[in-house]
Amino acid sequence: MLTLIGKRLLFAIPSLIGVVIVTFLLTRALPGDPAAYFAGPAATKEAVDQIRKKLGFDKPLIEQFVRYTNDLAHGDLGTSLTTGQPVAAELRNRLPASAELTLLGLVVSIVIAIPLGVLAATRPGSWIDHLCRVTTTAGVSLPVFFTGLVLVYVFYFRLGWSPAPLGRLDVFYSTPPTVTGFYLIDTLIARDFEAFRSAFSQLILPAVTLAIFSLAPIARMTRASMLAVLASDFVRTARASGLSPGKVIVTYAFRNAMLPVITTLSMVFSFLLGANVLVEKVFAWPGIGSYAVEALIASDFAPVQGFVLTMAVMYVLLNLLIDILYGVIDPRVRLEG
Amino acid sequence: MKRRDFLKSVSGLAAGALAPTAPAIWSPAKADARSETLLIVSEGGPNNLDIHGVGTNVPGYEVSWNCYDRLISHEMKSGPGGVPYYDRDKFKPELAEDFNIGDMSVTFKLRKNAKFHDGTPVTAKDVKWSLDRAVSVGGFPTFQMSAGSLTKPEQFVVVDDHTVRVDFLKKDKLTIPDLAVIVPCVVNSELVKKNASEKDPWGLEFTKQQTAGSGAYKVTKWTAGTEVVMERNDDWVSGPMPKIKRVIWRMVPQAGNRRALLERGDADISYELPFKDFQEMKTNGKLNVVSLPFSNGIQYIGMNVTKPPFDNPKVRQAMAYAMPYQKIMDAVLFGLANPMFGAPKDKPTEVAWPQPTKYNTDMEKAKALLAEAGYANGFETTISFDLNFAGVNEPLCVLVQESLAQLGIKTTINKVPGANWRTELTKKEMPLFTNVFSGWLDYPEYFFYWCYHGNNSIFNTMSYKSPEMDKLIDGARIAAANGDTAAYDADVKGFVDLAYTDIPRIPLYQPFVNVAMQKNISGYQYWFHRRLDYRAMAKG
Repeated sequence: MLTLIGKRLLFAIPSLIGVVIVTFLLTRALPGDPAAYFAGPAATKEAVDQIRKKLGFDKPLIEQFVRYTNDLAHGDLGTSLTTGQPVAAELRNRLPASAELTLLGLVVSIVIAIPLGVLAATRPGSWIDHLCRVTTTAGVSLPVFFTGLVLVYVFYFRLGWSPAPLGRLDVFYSTPPTVTGFYLIDTLIARDFEAFRSAFSQLILPAVTLAIFSLAPIARMTRASMLAVLASDFVRTARASGLSPGKVIVTYAFRNAMLPVITTLSMVFSFLLGANVLVEKVFAWPGIGSYAVEALIASDFAPVQGFVLTMAVMYVLLNLLIDILYGVIDPRVRLEG
Repeated sequence: MKRRDFLKSVSGLAAGALAPTAPAIWSPAKADARSETLLIVSEGGPNNLDIHGVGTNVPGYEVSWNCYDRLISHEMKSGPGGVPYYDRDKFKPELAEDFNIGDMSVTFKLRKNAKFHDGTPVTAKDVKWSLDRAVSVGGFPTFQMSAGSLTKPEQFVVVDDHTVRVDFLKKDKLTIPDLAVIVPCVVNSELVKKNASEKDPWGLEFTKQQTAGSGAYKVTKWTAGTEVVMERNDDWVSGPMPKIKRVIWRMVPQAGNRRALLERGDADISYELPFKDFQEMKTNGKLNVVSLPFSNGIQYIGMNVTKPPFDNPKVRQAMAYAMPYQKIMDAVLFGLANPMFGAPKDKPTEVAWPQPTKYNTDMEKAKALLAEAGYANGFETTISFDLNFAGVNEPLCVLVQESLAQLGIKTTINKVPGANWRTELTKKEMPLFTNVFSGWLDYPEYFFYWCYHGNNSIFNTMSYKSPEMDKLIDGARIAAANGDTAAYDADVKGFVDLAYTDIPRIPLYQPFVNVAMQKNISGYQYWFHRRLDYRAMAKG
């Protein structure tokens, strides 16, 4: 197992180096001039040049790159110009916000999509199959910001059930001391149950928005994979042996149908983590997606590079985790790996 | 598991996830905190708490304004609709308790009991150090200081512990007003020096993250891009004690949600909403919506006069007759702007800025002028705008495009991303574009100096050069410094007339700053910087 992990990590190094070079070049190729942008609305040419010098953008590209990689080797991702904070610290603060939201969204989605997919597969052509098809199609075809806005409109603005979409905590609660960065866990550690409730109720709408969007791939994949497995010989054998339908489906069929579902889950998770920008915007969620987009709009190089690099590392780790999970679920994969 | 069980669990869980939570119940302490707290929501937040910093953005100005004191500030007068509006010509002491304007210098007596947030008394050397800093750090603050002929540290003299003198380099009417803008704020010099380094002698890295002033508020928590929390400084002596104890400023990127927060009564104040929302909120009357014109500001259509076809004044006049002025007012701004067109033919030019042109939409006249200029069949051009303000700029440019098509002018719309807009402006190559300019200092010659003078500053986006114009602008500046009213009036009228006959830029309207707030919020004041002054506000 350890050699497998070591090997996989070793393979990731060239791709990470590639990511560093490409993001560096890409951000430099952006049309905007950060110096002109940050010199403010009333700057003269001299003021812009002064700022460019201060930011080090007057140096040749190679020199900038050497300095960037050198900083990177020391764990310094640079400083964001739009927020004025070190990028590493901001990513550290914002990643848990995105991760907490995405994980909860994914959990909600799994809890709905997998049973739905399984049911649809056991009764193809029935009303539950149609229900599965309709919900997933609707979920995936509604843009997330639209779903988010409708939910806010109905549950906050009209009904008043949901708290104000003002980020992770209500304005009048103070942030729990950071242990994991996940407010749901941190508030419990701090035994601040009122804050836990606030954090949880703030999470519901954005998590549901994400869940609706990610229902489709999970439910469809579960259904397809279950259908294939249910048609296979060993399920027929199990049924013929008189095992209860529950046991056949859950113990035999479902476990075998899990592999493609797990793969889809990992894809959906990494996709949601980076791509829930719109949900973050709608719910004023201080996550990494909105951070990266804002930086991009302002030609703020450091956060964009930091974001892409973080995402690349996350992808590598996630893929590793999934590979290990494969082995746990299906011993045959372990032998081959 | 049976299908029925499955279904039960699925529907149970789904209902659980969607289950409504009751609205937060305020414990009495929290309800109290709420009545003394101002909750502001806006799209963007500060990137730096110090206006002297590199690239501090406009929300950062608001923090500086409320957390630092200046030597002097402006009095208030009654503005449009009875809303308090800063008085351009009247100054009041802030950190100074008294000031004395001489012929070539101004002397400030500091308040003896004023203290910085950490308790150290404010002395003359702090003032000198802060002003030295403003003229030395470079970039925007230094530029803004130079607008009032404040450029050298030698101009700021410590007379004694509580007296500072500012010497004038030359007579300039803008020197005193420039000491009342946001930039010349007084910083805790000892504290900042302690945290400065060789590479950063002015301690900009330190003041970026925390406020080191003597102002009415201090920042107690700042999460960039998420929220700023400010607490009242109970030892503040530079003015009447503010009523608001705490200001929480949250960034809510979605305009629709900001409106929802206001209408549900969860947020107290918001700006930066679409005009349509402001107009609707105004009509339904649940909230207080204040709309005031930008002082010294105009949205305009600019033309690059160095290249054909816009090097021909006839073509420019034709363009001025072809603008769909009223449509822009109605469909883009929902009436929330002052028209800058269509003054009566016989109306004399005023000594004021901005003032409307005599142009109206008149396609026949435009056609005739174009034919005279030799473009009877029109031409092709590109109109550019800044995507950061797409909400106004995009529909505006589409209307202009439609209108110009009637003259046979084929216009392509070029959307420039915000980060790139300033670069494009500096290049001065865009043939046709729309933009806003507004000056902090509300004087016609200030506006014209930046926008029309032949020294070709970045704001002279049209690259307009005219010796006659330069003579009038320079004349007005000198007349203003010497207090020669007759010559000043003649020069101002002269340059306005010239700007409107030569018409290198077509004024469209004077934009409004719109702020929506709960009915129980009072004390909003309009300032030249167009940001909020919490010190005068009250809740309940």
